[in-house]
Amino acid sequence: MLEEVFRDEWGRVLASLVGFLGDFDKAEDAAQEAFAIAAQRWPASGVPANPGAWLVTTARNRAIDRIRRERTLAEKIHLLPVPEASMDEFDDTVIKDERLELIFTCCHPALPLEGQVALTLRALGGLETAEIARAFLVSEETMKRRLSRAKAKIKATGIPFAVPAAHLLPDRLDAVLAVIYLIYNEGYSGRVDLGAEAIRLGRVLAALMPDEPEAYGLLALMMIHHARRRARFSSEDLVLLDDQDRSLWDKRQIAAGRAVLDRAIALGGRGAYVVQAAIASLQTAERIDWPQIAQMYRRLVDLTGSPVVELNRAVALAQAGDPAAALRAVDRLDLDNYLYYHSTRGELLRRLGRDDEARAAYRRALELATSTPERRFLTRRLEQL
Amino acid sequence: MQYALMIYAEPGYDEALPDADRDAAYAEYLALADDPRCVGAAQLRPAETATSVRVVGGRTLMTDGPFADTKEVLGGFCLVEAANLDEAIELAARIPAARLGGAVEVRPVVQR
Repeated sequence: MLEEVFRDEWGRVLASLVGFLGDFDKAEDAAQEAFAIAAQRWPASGVPANPGAWLVTTARNRAIDRIRRERTLAEKIHLLPVPEASMDEFDDTVIKDERLELIFTCCHPALPLEGQVALTLRALGGLETAEIARAFLVSEETMKRRLSRAKAKIKATGIPFAVPAAHLLPDRLDAVLAVIYLIYNEGYSGRVDLGAEAIRLGRVLAALMPDEPEAYGLLALMMIHHARRRARFSSEDLVLLDDQDRSLWDKRQIAAGRAVLDRAIALGGRGAYVVQAAIASLQTAERIDWPQIAQMYRRLVDLTGSPVVELNRAVALAQAGDPAAALRAVDRLDLDNYLYYHSTRGELLRRLGRDDEARAAYRRALELATSTPERRFLTRRLEQL
Repeated sequence: MQYALMIYAEPGYDEALPDADRDAAYAEYLALADDPRCVGAAQLRPAETATSVRVVGGRTLMTDGPFADTKEVLGGFCLVEAANLDEAIELAARIPAARLGGAVEVRPVVQR
């Protein structure tokens, strides 16, 4: 229970402290101190009516004390002017939510991508360094260094704690969305519950940018995918959409994801995440409208210029009943080092009755497969030929 | 905060431009140098004029050419005063070399 309050409040408290202190490390220390005090007191005294405000106030006071002590040591003369705040002055209307500023700082493109991801999970998600290290299969020491390098760069280079100006916002929002989606996709490959964490972050972002269709688009996309996660694996084997046991889908989450998608569309959303969410939504329909999905992928190709998206469009064409057209589209692509390029070709060739070529394609895919489920899946396909 | 904007480009990138584009690029360099946030700027002579100097055992050793042997060379720099990294990056993005195949390295300057 306490842990849940902590997770919910961490991002908001830290954001407020970074804004107040202008320093990531000091803010983190102060937040940690306040949470430690809360962990000691709350079990006996009960959780205060406004835990966030209590934590921010406590952390601020501790930080000010510390700065004073350091100043006194250094100068032994002047005291910092300290805003005297009594507890009851603080409520939600006083402590403004600065998580959006924090998100844009953490996802600043001047930081290395892995640093952006780690910092977002630590600062906004409230994950412990050790948890993040486990999720990315690196040592805690490595993750600690990654986080401190990112924080040091923020400080040394003057990365602002601010929501970017309007003319910079589209690019910078793309960077934020990309970080959250990357976290989601890390979770999709089966590690820790980064999927749920990414959805939490997506929800925070959408709430903070209520007029931004792509924020809703990304959230909807992640929710609808996440709703199908239990059907994607059978024991450890990969299960394709066609063969998934739909009773394992989380119907409520799909409905919730669709509602979020509706909101994105109502806001005029036509961007890449909205389109992907629309595709994911169409794929959960009782009878899947593959021609429409192929059209959506066409729009996505136009938006992204990505050959991987074109590959997906080809799959939709095949599902819509035209494997020959699909193979023509696939053969135009230059994706020789991409596993799914070869597995898709293999499947299309199989459907067209060109078994020898299909076998060769599956073998090439097998060479590129890195995970055990992928390898098993491809081996099975090969055996069935 | 002060930032150094160091301009790296392939030698002669500007000479390859059509006259009108080159004149426009030069005008942009001048405009940037005139920006009140720009506290210093210099265009360097070509890398062939460079001499790299090291002092080893009290002796001054010289080698012909720039310190790093790369395709893009340091062609000039601006020293700017900016509120934060975003503002410095916006100024860097106005440097023509950045959109003409080169790159601008933005580095905060140590405050004394």
